[in-house]
Amino acid sequence: MRSSLAAFFSARNHRALRTFLTATWLGWRQEASWASAPVFALYLILRPLSSVLILVVMYSVITDGALEQPIFAYIYLGNALYILVGQLVGGISMAVVEDREHYQMMKQIHTAPINGYAYMLGRGIAKLLLGVISALVITGVGMLFFPLPLHPAAFDWPLLITSMAVGLTGIAALGVIIGALNMVIPRHIGSIGDAVAAALFLFTGAIFPLDVLPTWMQSIGFALPITYWLEASRRALLGPDAARFPTLAHFDDLALLQVLALGALGFVVVSIVVYRWAVYRAKANDLIDMDTSY
Amino acid sequence: MNAEGRVYKATGIKLFWRMLLARAYPRFVSPIREKSWLFFETFLPLMATSAYVFVYKAVDAPPEFIGFVVIGGTMSAFWLNVLFGMAMQLYWDKEIGNLDAYILSPGPIMAILAGMALGGMVVAASRAVFVLVIASLAFQVTYTISSLPLLILVFLLTLLALYGMGMMFAAVYLAAGRDAWQINSLFQEPIYFISGFYFPVKTLGFWFAAAASIIPLTLGLDAMRQILFSGDPALGFLPVEVEILLLIVLSVVFLAVSQWALVTLERIGRRDGRIIERRR
Repeated sequence: MRSSLAAFFSARNHRALRTFLTATWLGWRQEASWASAPVFALYLILRPLSSVLILVVMYSVITDGALEQPIFAYIYLGNALYILVGQLVGGISMAVVEDREHYQMMKQIHTAPINGYAYMLGRGIAKLLLGVISALVITGVGMLFFPLPLHPAAFDWPLLITSMAVGLTGIAALGVIIGALNMVIPRHIGSIGDAVAAALFLFTGAIFPLDVLPTWMQSIGFALPITYWLEASRRALLGPDAARFPTLAHFDDLALLQVLALGALGFVVVSIVVYRWAVYRAKANDLIDMDTSY
Repeated sequence: MNAEGRVYKATGIKLFWRMLLARAYPRFVSPIREKSWLFFETFLPLMATSAYVFVYKAVDAPPEFIGFVVIGGTMSAFWLNVLFGMAMQLYWDKEIGNLDAYILSPGPIMAILAGMALGGMVVAASRAVFVLVIASLAFQVTYTISSLPLLILVFLLTLLALYGMGMMFAAVYLAAGRDAWQINSLFQEPIYFISGFYFPVKTLGFWFAAAASIIPLTLGLDAMRQILFSGDPALGFLPVEVEILLLIVLSVVFLAVSQWALVTLERIGRRDGRIIERRR
């Protein structure tokens, strides 16, 4: 026991972990220090709450308020879960822009003895924490004010924890890929993360079943691990109440996790390669601290 | 400079007009010189619009609701332009040093705001047309226009009131610190919701819709939908004529308030020596 604790605390001193934790704290301070606590809380809640209310009203207008139907929980939870994707992908990719253009400290980051990959991940994790708070609030609102069939005692916790761990790892890797590309491109650095998040929102069936998409768009959805992460998370949260649509119904939980793990692993490998390439290119071409004014 | 050593700014319609065109010019030419903008600024609204269309398709909504989403998605190009191309612009200009040049120039800053608005309208219109055409074709939306002149009038009045509001925000953001970005972000999804970008605002109830009418897009979208999908007038919040009248009132109020806010904040900023201060 003592040796495992010692191993854990020595691991804290590992450069990558230390960098990750410091970057997470830095990111949190940057994100949370611009306003008083009540204003900040309002900021965390208002945007995601509005986006989910848009869907609630759209759904209610058409179905005459049939909120107990399984598809409502599918839409609602998909929207709440997708907050994490937007925050993680956008957070990591924009951290590069903020550090380089706004705080103008990119040169210091890349000359300090830290792990740059872990730093990028850490900056994104701070945004993810904000996303988690928003998603929990939205889900709580759903349980309180709408008939969402969510019962924590009935959650499939092993499936939920596994899908979250694997899925968010893959999504973070995607954020690193976009962040790395932001290091070497001079234009649209603020838009690429949003564009990818918007495209994934459409193709992964976050707020509607993939069945309603044209076949060629469904193929894109099937190729993305986020599709399987959303499905696995919904099943873990809703249990037997989860709406099963033909496109993913033939996947059992284990198969979903296997596909998700494979996709996440692919994203992680690609992110490491792209990150190393981007840092090399940025340093070689003197782009590491460029000011694009975008 | 006069005998008492006081400096007066040059004024006059000619100076105002030249300043306006000078500020609008970069916005006119930027889409031509930097074509890749077109992809990002049409791709994003198109993706969001499509997602909401598929939600309606998933619950078997009547076809006109898909048209409502397309119109909402089209007008979102203008709202995003007002938020990020108008409201935030003076703040960004301050951050990158352009505001110093504006302050030193002999022209009125109001002309700069008007130039930003004119250029922004033209650029956003090109994006909006793209989204409208692609989404209408892709989702086979059918429009039944009851009156084209009325539609054009509503559209122009909506833009006038909307960009007047953007000018007012731009003046207010001059005094903002690094919270400007986050505050501005708060005006995205919440406004999509309260203005009924993707559903008839009437469904939110009369008083909610009435309060939301302070945002010109609430009235503009509602009126345009009534004119474009004339099959069911019961979907409208207020009669189109009333909405036109209210849009005229909003235009006048926002333009007047933006002028007052800009003059006041510029005076306070000069007095305190903080108008071009970058706050990080």
